[in-house]
Amino acid sequence: MQYQYDDGHSFSFPDLVCGKKEKLLVLGSSGVGKSTLLHLLGGLLNAQKGSIVLGTKDLAQMKHAELDKFRGDHIGIVFQKNHFIASLSVLENLLMAQFFGGKNEDQAKCMNLLERLNIQGKANKSIRTLSEGEKQRVAIARALVNNPSLILADEPTSALDDKNCDEVIHLLEEQANIAEAALVIVTHDTRLKDKVSNQITLV
Amino acid sequence: MKILKLAYRNIIHNPLNLILSIILFGLGIGLINFLFLFNAQLKSKFDSNLAEIDLVIGAKGSPLQMILSSMYHIDNPTGNISIGEAKAFLNPKHPLIKASVPLSLGDSYKSYRIVGSTDSLFSFYHAEVGEGTIYNKDFEVTIGKAVADDTGLKIGDQFTSSHGFNDDKDLAHDHAAFKVVGILKGAGNVIDQLIITNPSTVWNVHDHDVGSQTASEDDEGHDHEGHDHEGHDHEGHDHGHESSMPFARTNLDLLKYPDKDITSILIKFKNRTNFQALSMPRAINENTDMQAASPAIEINRLYSMIGVGREMIRGLAILIAFISVISIFIVLFKSMRERKYELALIRVMGGSRKNLFLLIILEGMILTGIGFLVGFLLSHFGLELLSNSLKSSYKYSFSGWYFMKSEFLLFGISLVIGIIASLIPAIKASKTDIHNTLTEKG
Repeated sequence: MQYQYDDGHSFSFPDLVCGKKEKLLVLGSSGVGKSTLLHLLGGLLNAQKGSIVLGTKDLAQMKHAELDKFRGDHIGIVFQKNHFIASLSVLENLLMAQFFGGKNEDQAKCMNLLERLNIQGKANKSIRTLSEGEKQRVAIARALVNNPSLILADEPTSALDDKNCDEVIHLLEEQANIAEAALVIVTHDTRLKDKVSNQITLV
Repeated sequence: MKILKLAYRNIIHNPLNLILSIILFGLGIGLINFLFLFNAQLKSKFDSNLAEIDLVIGAKGSPLQMILSSMYHIDNPTGNISIGEAKAFLNPKHPLIKASVPLSLGDSYKSYRIVGSTDSLFSFYHAEVGEGTIYNKDFEVTIGKAVADDTGLKIGDQFTSSHGFNDDKDLAHDHAAFKVVGILKGAGNVIDQLIITNPSTVWNVHDHDVGSQTASEDDEGHDHEGHDHEGHDHEGHDHGHESSMPFARTNLDLLKYPDKDITSILIKFKNRTNFQALSMPRAINENTDMQAASPAIEINRLYSMIGVGREMIRGLAILIAFISVISIFIVLFKSMRERKYELALIRVMGGSRKNLFLLIILEGMILTGIGFLVGFLLSHFGLELLSNSLKSSYKYSFSGWYFMKSEFLLFGISLVIGIIASLIPAIKASKTDIHNTLTEKG
């Protein structure tokens, strides 16, 4: 798979396979195209060469609107620094993810998810009032809310201390298992090396 | 619907950013709507008094001034005409004239004009007595509804007049006391604003002006037809009326005093398109010392004159609205840039370009919608608050609780303005590059 930026800078990636309930850790230092790979996998960028097949669909073949819908429906993404819709509460952010993912609003499910992540007490709070660790949990909840078949995590632990790092990686694995989704973590955080066995290193 | 809710939440999330542009837009819309309301009410009041009068005859001078003073009672008269000169127009048998109303103007009380006329005035303005009676003697007055409401005059009350429209103590005819004997029902036209009496009362007041220079204490104790008006009498002076002044009930009564003066005559023709009726003003203007003017023509002239001022205010209002559109554009553009991660996020969550476009457009429409609401309230409350000061300068009461269909149109226009102002930010938002936005350091 290959992606070339407008300025001619291009990245080539080896073939990757990740099955249901499987975890894959993509390691690499800054500038080797980790984010590009993640965005390609998430359908946020279109690869010029190669294909990305999720289930039976090839993301590379989809048009804009179709891709948007597919992404909302099947892919959950957790970012290093997570952004939310600032004007909405925690719960409303999850409901909004359901709406844009083309799902019916299901408040019970959202609450259930927040409970699983142990932040149900913050459901009606503004995003602003949350700590970084809490925000990361809400981001995981948001990535999971539409029962995705693929969960992508971009540097999910880099901004966290060791304790939170352990917790977040544990939560991601646990929730991916419950949702029966594939989990791909892209990071330069070497602390994760020992935690996920299935690894690939980009150079 | 969900996107509308999100747009609304985004708007109220950070109201300080938006308050200036909302106020600015509200001000522009409010000013425009205020003008609409004000014009519509002024025009309907003017028209309601214009409807039935085909011609006004009075002393030579400015025809507009004559119209304003005789029909709207918002200016001083041009002068007087003698009854003898005008007798043809007061004759009930005149073949062209359906109704004519003689007016004797001059004094006022608390800036409400005292009008001397005959019974023809009441039928002309469709006025009915609500309380008490029509005046039966000199210095008895019957007052319009608005006069009663505003001054608090009741039946049996006495008051003194002042010269012209000025409520000025120096010009007060402090020797002539009027007595209220009746209050009219509201007729919805200018008669509500009048204090009506007999022409002879007006003559009396002014004869006294001359006579009062020589009036002395020996007049004390004289009374006028059994009424003891303090300091008021009209006997034994050099103005030569030995008995009560002539009391004229009808136009025919008035014709008995050709030497006396009146101010003007309002005329309604039997057929206003009759050739002779059409040529009457010209005949009067060319062949007599009087002038005749058509209210419709003069009022149109007035509209076109004050129209210049209205155009300027309207231009100003449009300018404010235009500036506010730019400010809304800037506010939306700025907030869209601040929220670019949010917008990218919506895309990540599965939102389409169309969703983002719609979101920003809706935000613009909510802004101008709220702005319209602010302007709507400003214009109505403003008119209500200003109605008192407007009343003293226009002699009409304005109401803030007057609504027009064109306000719906203004609301629609506001929403369209919202769309226009948010178009460019919305297009830009819909083109948000997810990858670049998310990989930027942030």
